Order: sequence, then structure tokens, then C-alpha cells
Amino acid sequence: MLTFAIRRLVLSVPTLLFISLVIFLLLQLAPNDPMAQMPLTVPPEVREKMREAMGHGQPIHIQYFKWVLQFFWIEPKVFIDWLTADSFLLGWLPDTSLYNGELRVISWQTRSPVMDIVVQRIPQTLWVVGTAYVLAIVIAVPIGIYSAYRQYSWFDQMGTFVSMVGFSIPPFFSGVLVIVIFSVQLGWFPSIYDTTHKVVDWESFLKQLNQMIMPVMVLTLQITAQLSRFMRASMLDNLNQDYVRTARAKGLGEPNVVLVHVLRNSMIPVVTVIALGVPSIFGGAIITEQVFKVNGIGQLLITSIEANDLPMVQTLTFVFAVLIVMFNLIADLLYGVLDPRIRYD
Amino acid sequence: MTEVSPPESPPRSQWMDVWHQFKSHRGALFGAFVFLVIVLAVYIGPFIWPHDPQFLPQGRAFIDLRDTRPVYVALWDAGAKIDWSHPLGTDNLGRDTLARLLFGGQVSIAVGLTAMLLSLVLGTLVGVVAGYFRRLDGVLMRLTDLFLALPLLPLILVASLLFRDALSAVFGPEGGVFALIVALIGLTSWMQTARIVRGDVLALKEREFVLAARSIGTTNTRLITRHMLPNILSPILVSATLGIATAIITESALSFLGFGFPPDFPTWGRLLNDGVDRLVSYPERSIWPGIMISLTVLSVNYLGDGLRDALDPRIRGR
Repeated sequence: MLTFAIRRLVLSVPTLLFISLVIFLLLQLAPNDPMAQMPLTVPPEVREKMREAMGHGQPIHIQYFKWVLQFFWIEPKVFIDWLTADSFLLGWLPDTSLYNGELRVISWQTRSPVMDIVVQRIPQTLWVVGTAYVLAIVIAVPIGIYSAYRQYSWFDQMGTFVSMVGFSIPPFFSGVLVIVIFSVQLGWFPSIYDTTHKVVDWESFLKQLNQMIMPVMVLTLQITAQLSRFMRASMLDNLNQDYVRTARAKGLGEPNVVLVHVLRNSMIPVVTVIALGVPSIFGGAIITEQVFKVNGIGQLLITSIEANDLPMVQTLTFVFAVLIVMFNLIADLLYGVLDPRIRYD
Repeated sequence: MTEVSPPESPPRSQWMDVWHQFKSHRGALFGAFVFLVIVLAVYIGPFIWPHDPQFLPQGRAFIDLRDTRPVYVALWDAGAKIDWSHPLGTDNLGRDTLARLLFGGQVSIAVGLTAMLLSLVLGTLVGVVAGYFRRLDGVLMRLTDLFLALPLLPLILVASLLFRDALSAVFGPEGGVFALIVALIGLTSWMQTARIVRGDVLALKEREFVLAARSIGTTNTRLITRHMLPNILSPILVSATLGIATAIITESALSFLGFGFPPDFPTWGRLLNDGVDRLVSYPERSIWPGIMISLTVLSVNYLGDGLRDALDPRIRGR
């Protein structure tokens, strides 16, 4: 198991490098100019010098190498410094000062390090997406169990229909629909998510809850629809197995058979699907963030594409890629941990 | 003495069997029906409803025609501005909503079908080649894994901006965007089909009839086209239907985010997005396109579900 984990970890490095190369080359085709937003009064020769200072005229392989160096070497150093100095989790550690003024990935829009902005935006996304994901798992698993246990009952038929509908309504429509119903007609929830809102007491917590309900509802509906179908299929596969008959034959109670024996085995594929779904949820959140005006990383990506902010787009896309590769790895490892038959040795 | 009694019913062909099973799946039949109705309405409708979706009334008519509500609004709001010659109302420039909805549907469904075809061809090609030629298997499957690890939506967004101008110069503004979106969706959605097809081809390769065909000297091309492809038709058909649904959703998402078709060129996603700004006064401008998208995707998903049940003999009749 350990060798397998190490092998997979090592293998993911070339994968990530290749993906970063693909992203980099694709973006190199873009007609872009870091000086596009500079005032026109800057004389052309100064403009040219500034471009050179930003490394714009360098050969492509040097640009790529420098970006990889910045992303994999300099940014982690900054992160570790921050971790040991300011974070409340590891702030008690002695302060490190690994970073000493090397050039970081700089956004063309704000002229500040890209990663700083990304770190500012991630909590907003995580709050909404994370809550929705946890909620969806909590709802979907019992629904899946019960509809498999009572296959073809009215509950199962209803569940199938609702999940089919939830699966088919795209988030940009369900979002608009809930805004029309709950925000325009009923006036219960605000249609715009206020990210400057700070939770300090019970009152402000309720307000935060109030504004989170709609985006979370939209995302939860979508994830629940997929997960509950998967849970049901996995339960059905197991319910007809011989070991279930054995368990019943030796006189175990029905709750025990279903919730201990069958559930444990059916959870194996479901857990990997849950892990694999995390990165795609971040992708889907791009749309939901746009509908409810949450300024998380999805919205950051859209605005930076529109503003032609190449370093920001490049870094964000790559952050998404890192998430995908990481959760693929986690899913693989979980599969090995949960199912002793698959140990890959 | 042993007289062969005639069979009670004439023998059924494979496709009759499939149709029989498909018929008994109520959801699938309903899905197929709804999808057919939508496609017909969208393509034949403009002949029956001859308002020009791009027609802009001028002068006095502009004031009279713009911002009319759908006729059903009169049921609860007697003072609403309605016009029986525009049953679904008009937009802020006086264009007929129903005509725009029909025209937008043509574009959305055309994008869905062509993108599905492209991804199907790519996926089947990669899958068959990877499954059939062992030497290429490793390379192609690593390629598939790499594609699956790419963050697709961000990349589609970026690429749709990058290549827009180049393609528009070749195919014109609308044709260029159409080609671009179809290519982007097709190039990013073939991986699942490739995996399924490869698995099936690998299993088929070990069967006796393939050995028999090979022993009489069938060439590789003929073996693939005559013996392999007919046998893997069912998973391909199922992923085709599901592919339409994803393609339509992706196109609408792109248009919704403002990275799809140009602003005055209606598609369902674009219309939905245009309506969002005036959602409070005119919710129908977003809701109708949204309903159309959801209904189309829902019907296609039910169709795919039924096809899967009908085409897979192992779960047939369960």
C-alpha cells in the first residue's frame, strides 16, 4: 500500500508538469500585452523596457521554466513563511524566513502577487461549495439507501424523477429560478451574496445563513441528484449478493444487515465518487458564483479572463488542475484503504 | 412423427427486440416524444410563426411594441401591457420572444447534435484503436487520463476567447463561433466514450467469432467495421444521447457566462443571460429559455436511460 501510494504520488508530478505545459502553451497563443492597461502617455521606448523587465520578450522555454519555478518553489516558500508567522494553526512554530524578495507571479490587473488574491478569495468559495457538498452527502446517502431497499416503491420512483430533474436543470437556470421565487416574489433571501459580511454574533450569523441558503440550495440539488443515483445503484449491486442472504439466514436483524453489512460495502465506490467530485464542484461553482455574485475563485477566473490578465488565468487554471490530480490520488488511495481486495501490490 | 410445429409468433429481429423493450419504458418513450416535439417545433415552427427574431420596429412602433408581457400575465395583472399578436411578449427592443426562442432553439440543438457527433467519432476512434492495437493502448489511455485531469470548464472559457477572432475571420462571426464551440465541446467530452468502447473492444477481441473471421483472412479494417462496430453500437448510442445533453448544457453555460455566441444572436443560454438583468420586472425572459433547456436535457436524459435498458440484454426485462 505504501509503495503504491508513493508510486502514485511520484507519477502525479509528471502529470502536473504536462498539464502546466499544456495550459502555458495554450495561453501563449493569446494575443495579450501586459502593458495594455498602462496610460497612453508612457512613451513607446519606456513601454518596451517595461515589457522586457517583465520578461515578455524571452524565449518560451525560459518563460515556462521561470513560471514553474515561481509556482513550485517561490510560492511554497511564501506559504510556509505565512504558516509559521501569522496562521493561528501553526503560528506557534518559530518564524521561518525562507522567502527573501524573489519575484513572485504578479497579476497584470492589480500588480500584486496572484497567490495573495487567490488566498483571499478561496474562503468565500469554500464556504458556499463546502457547505453544499457536505449537505448533499448527508441528504443523498439516506435517499440512496432507502430507494434501493424499497426498489420500485413510490419513494424510489419519486427519487428517480427528482434526481433526473435535478440532474437536468443546469445551475444557471435553477439559480435564476430560486432568485425569482424566493428573492423577487417572496422576498425571503437576498439575491446577492455579500462577501464583506462578517460573522461576529448570533444576529450576523443568521444573516450569513440567510444569504447562503440560495446558492447552497442550487449546488446541493445538483450534487444530491448525482450522488443519490450512484448510492442507489451501488446498494442494489450489493443487496442481491450471497453474503446478504447469509447474514439474514443467521438471524441478523434487518437494520443490522442493511446498515452494517450492505452499507459498508456499498460505500466503497460511493466514497471514491465523492472524492472525485470535489474538483468538478469547484468548476461548477464558477457558474453558481456568477449567478449569485459570490466573489470566490470562479468569479475571479471569469473577471481575469475578461481583463486579459494572463498570469492570473494561468495560475487559477493550474490550481484547478492541481485540485483534480490531488483528489484523483485521494480517491485511488481511499479505494485501496476501504477495499482490502484491491491493494495494488 | 416429430412434426415441427410452426412457432406461435414470427421470429423477431434484434432491433424489433430493442424496440419492444424500449416501448415498455414509459419514461424513455415520453422523453423521445418530447425531444421530437421540441426539435420539430424549433425547426418547423418558424414557418408557422413567421415573425423575424431579429426584426427591430422603428419609430412609434418601437414604443408600442417593446416590453410587452406574455398574454397569461393578464390573468393576475389587468394593467399589464399585453399584445395578442405576441403571445410570449417582446423584449426591450421590441423583438418577438417566441420567435427568438424558436431561433435560439435551432442553434442550441444544432450545437448539441454536432458537438455530440464530433465527440462520438473521436471517442470511438480512440477507443477502438486503443482496444484493438495493443501497441497504441498505453499511449492513448494515458492521453485519455491526461484529458480527464484537465480543468475543462476554465480551459474552454479561455480557449473560446483565444480562437474567436481567428475562426470568425474564416467562417464569419456566427459561423466561427459555432465551429469554435462545437470543436471545444467535442474535443473535451470524448473521454468517457473512449473508455467504454475500449473496454468493450478488449472483451470482444477474445471471442471466437473474431478468431474465426481472422482465420479466413479478414483484414483489420474489415474486422473492425464489420464485426467490432456493430457489436459495440449500444454503448455508443447510449453515450450519444447523453452527449447531446451535456453539449447543450455546456453551450448554454458558455453563452450564459458571456463566452458564447455574440450578444444579438439568440441561443437559449444567451436569452437566459440577457433576461437576468431585468429579472424583477420581466422574469419570463429568463424563465422560458431556462424551461426549454431543462426540458430538452431532461427528455434526452430519459431517452438515454431507456436506450440503455433496451440495448443491454443483461438488464433487459428486469
